[in-house]
Order: sequence, then C-alpha cells, then structure tokens
Amino acid sequence: MHRTRVKVSEGVLDANETIARDNRDDFERHGVTVINLMSAPGAGKTSLLERALEDLGDVRVGVLEGDVQGTLDADRLASLHLPVTQINTDPGFGGECHLDANMVRSALPEVPLDEVDLLVIENVGNLVCPAEFSVGEDSRVMVCSVAEGEDKPLKYPLMFRTCSLVLVNKIDLLPHLDYDLDLFLRNLDAVHPDVERMLVSARTGEGTEAWRKWLLRAAG
Amino acid sequence: MHELALSRAIVEAALRHAEGRRVTVVRVRVGALRQVVRESLRFNFEIVTRDTACDGARLELELIAAQLRCASCGRSWNPAPRPATEIGQLVTPPSFRCPECGAGDADVVGGQELEIESIDVEEGQCIARG
Repeated sequence: MHRTRVKVSEGVLDANETIARDNRDDFERHGVTVINLMSAPGAGKTSLLERALEDLGDVRVGVLEGDVQGTLDADRLASLHLPVTQINTDPGFGGECHLDANMVRSALPEVPLDEVDLLVIENVGNLVCPAEFSVGEDSRVMVCSVAEGEDKPLKYPLMFRTCSLVLVNKIDLLPHLDYDLDLFLRNLDAVHPDVERMLVSARTGEGTEAWRKWLLRAAG
Repeated sequence: MHELALSRAIVEAALRHAEGRRVTVVRVRVGALRQVVRESLRFNFEIVTRDTACDGARLELELIAAQLRCASCGRSWNPAPRPATEIGQLVTPPSFRCPECGAGDADVVGGQELEIESIDVEEGQCIARG
C-alpha cells in the first residue's frame, strides 16, 4: 500500500457557486431582480420589508423567506398580499443557520418567477454564514440595528464587505442608548469604505422612503 | 459557526476526488479575510469525517495573509497588519481604505482564499495473508 497526493485545486464553495449560477440563470431568464437580505436575528429585516413592500407601485414583488423553523415572518409578509414562499432549514437541511444555493434552488418551483419583477430572499438571521453562501442574488443588503453596538463591522467584516447597502435600523432608539453612531460609521468605513448606508427606523418609518426607492431602482 | 458548513463542503470535495480511496491528509488554503476559526474548523472536520473514507484524516491548514491593492494609486497593503490570533480573528481594526491616497476601491489580492489544495490517499489494499 502506498500513498498518493491528489491535486484538487477546488474552491471549498465551488459546488455552491455552481448551483448559484443555475439560480441566477433562472432569475435572468424570467427577468427577476433578486436581493439577498441579511442581518443578525432581530435586527428588523421583516419589519423593514413590511415598510418598503407595502407600496412598490407597478413593481411586482415576491419574498422567499428563510427561517430555521416556523412561518412567523412569512405570515406577516403574506398579509401584504405578496407571494411568499417559506424555506425552513430545519426539516430538510439539518437546521442550517443560513440559506445556500441548493436550498433556494429546491424552493424555486414554488416561487412564481413569471409573476414577479423583484424577489427578496430574507436570509436566516446570522452575521457569519450567510455571507459565505451566494444564492444567485443580484445584490446583497444587510440590516444592522443600533441596538447591536458599534463594533459589528469589525467583528463581522466579511458580512459588511459583501453588501452593497447597509440599513442602520432602530435609530428611534438612539436617545435611549450609549451607542455612538459616528463610531459605527467609522468602523463601517474601515471595513467597507463608502458603502451605501441608510439610517432608518422600521418602527417610526423614518428613512424608510429611501429604502423603498432603493428597491424600486434595483427592480428597474 | 460557518465552520460546520465549510467542513461539510471540504469533506464532500475530498471524497469526490478520493474516488473511494481512503483519505489520510486534506490540505486547505484559508485566506485571513474568510473569518475561519481554525480550531472550530478542525473540530467540525473531525465530526463530519466520521464513518467516511476521510475518517481519521489530518486537516492541514495554510493561512494566507490579506493583501489589498489600491485601484486608484496602486499601493499595496495588508488591511490587518497584526497576525491573526490562534482563533483566527482579526485583532486590529482592519482598514480597507488606501493609506496612501484615501481611495476606497481596493482590490483584494490575497486573503480571500478558501481552497482545497490537495489530498493524500491510500492506493490499493494491504492484505496480509498467512
């Protein structure tokens, strides 16, 4: 018996990238713009979607809702009379803490791609894993709420670097917190210089008009 | 926590390339910007390889330093100059803005790697007959 070295030279995430490309091809064929929305749990992804998706004019929106368990968020968004498809990572995918290209692929037959212009994929709440796994999206948006502290860009640079828009949510809480907004923005710029950012409050609606318009532009 | 998913992907690729042979070593190149906690990767690798042809295989990790190049002035720098600690985290606030001209559009030249470089496999069976 002897040992042989086998050259592999393969990206660890190549298998995921291949499926992500298949997803992207499907999205393009149907003329659908896809946004991958990510954040820590409780940052306000669903609330910000409720604010923005309520009125997107002629743009037809669908949501692919990723959660480990349950349909709580999907139920909230379905009340906006949008096509919402739920992916639970718990039963079929081992309770994964993120969506990957294959999970999205397996849900696509249930997504009415012909009937939407914009598909928002609400990822599982997590600042680490979702950043690694492309699902075939056109752009990535992340929500970071002021309640999470100023240091998050430094702790999760991969997530902050991978996004083209950062929504700084819960700014209505600023008077009640020791949070230093300037420090957060400096940290954000250290990790992802000049990335587009919006200060918003899903609760009061402050700043959410800019987010709505951003989605409209993305879908256009 | 993404180390579990990464371990699965590593083992899946290693098994594919091993084509049924027993794997003794898996070599992976990990960029400093991938936020991979090496101890966690090793721990998860051990769990994921159980009862596969990779069971007992050694995971060799090569850490690749981060290197950026300014798209405007061409200056190169390491955004996380102090070495990563043993748990694989960036210890100083990284700076992705060019220290020379202040531009924010740097190209990542090194540090994004996450690649299975090679594996060692056992060829044939050592069958001792009396």
